[in-house]
Amino acid sequence: MMKEFLILIIVVAFTLVTYYLVEPFAHSKMHKHVESEHFEYADLPALTKTGDVDRGKGLVMGAGACTGCHSIKVAGILPSIDATTAAASYGVNPPDLSNAGLIFDAKFLADLIKNPAHALKLEHKYNAQTGKTHPMAKFYGAGGDMNQEIADMVAYLQSIAVKKEKLTPKMAFENACGRCHAMRYEKWTQIGTKPTFKKEQDSLGFDVKMLDYQDSLKAYLGKLPPDLSMYYLSRSKHFLETFIENPQSQLVGTAMPRVGVTAEISEKVIEYMADSADTKRVERKEIGKNVMIYIIIFALFAFLWKKEVWKELH
Amino acid sequence: MAHFTKATSIHDWLNQRLGIDKVRRVMATEYWIPKNINFLWAMGMVLAITFSILLVSGIFLLMYYQPNINTAFDSVNYTIMREVDFGWLWRHVHAVAASVVFLIIYIHMFTAIYYGSYKKGREMIWISGMLLFVAFSAEAFSGYMLPWGQMSYWAGMVITNLFSGGSLHADGLVEWIRGDYVPAQAFLTRFFMLHVLLIPITILGLIGLHFGALRIPHVNNQDGEEIDFEVEAAKYKSGDKAGSKVIAFMNDFMSKDMMVVGIYLVFFFYLVFYHYGFAMDAVNFDPADGLKTPTHIYPEWYFLWSYEILRPFSTNIGLIAFAFAQVIFMLLPWLDRSPNAVPASRRGLFKIWFWVLLVDMITLTAMGKVPPSGIFSTIGLVAALTFIGLWVILPFITMFEKKV
Repeated sequence: MMKEFLILIIVVAFTLVTYYLVEPFAHSKMHKHVESEHFEYADLPALTKTGDVDRGKGLVMGAGACTGCHSIKVAGILPSIDATTAAASYGVNPPDLSNAGLIFDAKFLADLIKNPAHALKLEHKYNAQTGKTHPMAKFYGAGGDMNQEIADMVAYLQSIAVKKEKLTPKMAFENACGRCHAMRYEKWTQIGTKPTFKKEQDSLGFDVKMLDYQDSLKAYLGKLPPDLSMYYLSRSKHFLETFIENPQSQLVGTAMPRVGVTAEISEKVIEYMADSADTKRVERKEIGKNVMIYIIIFALFAFLWKKEVWKELH
Repeated sequence: MAHFTKATSIHDWLNQRLGIDKVRRVMATEYWIPKNINFLWAMGMVLAITFSILLVSGIFLLMYYQPNINTAFDSVNYTIMREVDFGWLWRHVHAVAASVVFLIIYIHMFTAIYYGSYKKGREMIWISGMLLFVAFSAEAFSGYMLPWGQMSYWAGMVITNLFSGGSLHADGLVEWIRGDYVPAQAFLTRFFMLHVLLIPITILGLIGLHFGALRIPHVNNQDGEEIDFEVEAAKYKSGDKAGSKVIAFMNDFMSKDMMVVGIYLVFFFYLVFYHYGFAMDAVNFDPADGLKTPTHIYPEWYFLWSYEILRPFSTNIGLIAFAFAQVIFMLLPWLDRSPNAVPASRRGLFKIWFWVLLVDMITLTAMGKVPPSGIFSTIGLVAALTFIGLWVILPFITMFEKKV
């Protein structure tokens, strides 16, 4: 009996050593470790002014300002052209700003308005040498204190955004990621959720628009950004978090901009990715518990049977 | 022709036609196993159970899997994992069992090496066991192709490339195996056929051979003691069960097997539900893309040791070393020149040889996964040379072993 126990310890020890070496150890050597920045955006200046919602509204809606390119559906400003046409001119469809104040970090929004390429960490692409400028124009001020004006605009965007509790993981994903990334397992395309069409022509028509949009994206970013249906499983959670907060930290020179979402929104985005890739994670835990109970009872009965049979063998 | 009488019961009816009482005696109640064994002797049953789990879960997966390069990935990751009730469960069970079965195979194999269970008439047990190892390896590899993820594609690319034979440039052979210049539809369909038909049939046949090979030499025991099975069986049947050195397969041996199987299944289902990541590589959740090579390409853990024997050398030498590693275990009964079929602990130098081999193979396994650079390539090279050296010296250290 003692001998069997000793053999078991040896077998388990060698198994665990092997497991440690091929899993945690090997993976720590294969992937570079990136520390989380906790979505603090420490490189961006803090907002020094307190914004005024009404003045902000005027600035956002003003001539030649945001609404020239962006729609704000909650404020009744609808897109003047469809996503595919917009992407043909800008490379990507400019986001609707309805919930921008909640999705994006305030410091990030302020810096974005002032200097998009800087906030997005795309200065390796848009600079004097390349001669390229980011499709979103810098805001040069409306005549007053520019920092105050930017604070006003941020305040306005925050005031019109939905309440935090009302923002679903799906909305977070669509706002933060969905204009570049498809998620086919959730029927999401870069131009929106594909509806169920009655007529094949309509379905194909939608696909044509989507393909045209994707062509614009390819031209804008160099390649079509990957479908994210399975990314929750193909990348680690830590990778996703650090990549979302700063793509350059994991993949230097990538065309993906820093998205600028808050920590809470990042959580929601990742939850949505988990819903797509690891749909049955709750069910798995529940069934797992029952199976474990069942199998432990089985093992107990097997043990009792052995004891019974071997009574007369010793 | 046999004489049949009117049956008195269904049992009697069957017995007259199929001899079920005799079958039961021969296969179970009077199939004698030594009493002096430990739980490592239950690994055969653990393997049989694991193989059954693979077979059953595989049948369920087969009902939804689509062997087409455009739909394979989604049929696994969308249809089976999301749409089909409990599809995820069967897939997790199948993936975890496919990985764990190799852990048990290795334990089973090293048990045989430690106790000398490949000697003195047990050579065919060893040979059929090693053939099963080859068949299981082919089964695992072909199965790994089916989800058509990045690692499926690139492992398929790398492994089939080995058949070009380095400087032999047998590219025609590689194309013949793939059915194309690169892994594509023809490749996927034929590996699907291999995985669900040809190799499973081969495995079933080999399991039959493996069991059959046990029959005449009998199962070995913990002390390598030569048992007169007829005398001991007579003692058992006369009622002296405690004094006999043998036990019946059913229920004596089986009850102990089932106890071990019970403990094993607790471990197995824990892995299925709470710790399955090791068996489902993250890289394979990216769909296959022939234009995007993954940063690291590595096989599943059970192939790493032989992969690392290939890696540290130049192409040709590496391939020769790899081929050596694939066949050398098969020759163990003849490379071990010792007259003793006893546990390694009583065999002097062989004892050291055994533990060095085990540690060396674990080292190779670890180095086969980490990037081959710096200190890791040095350790890998030393471990690969040690592996080859161990097999070269085996006949010499066993030749002079004293009879115990």
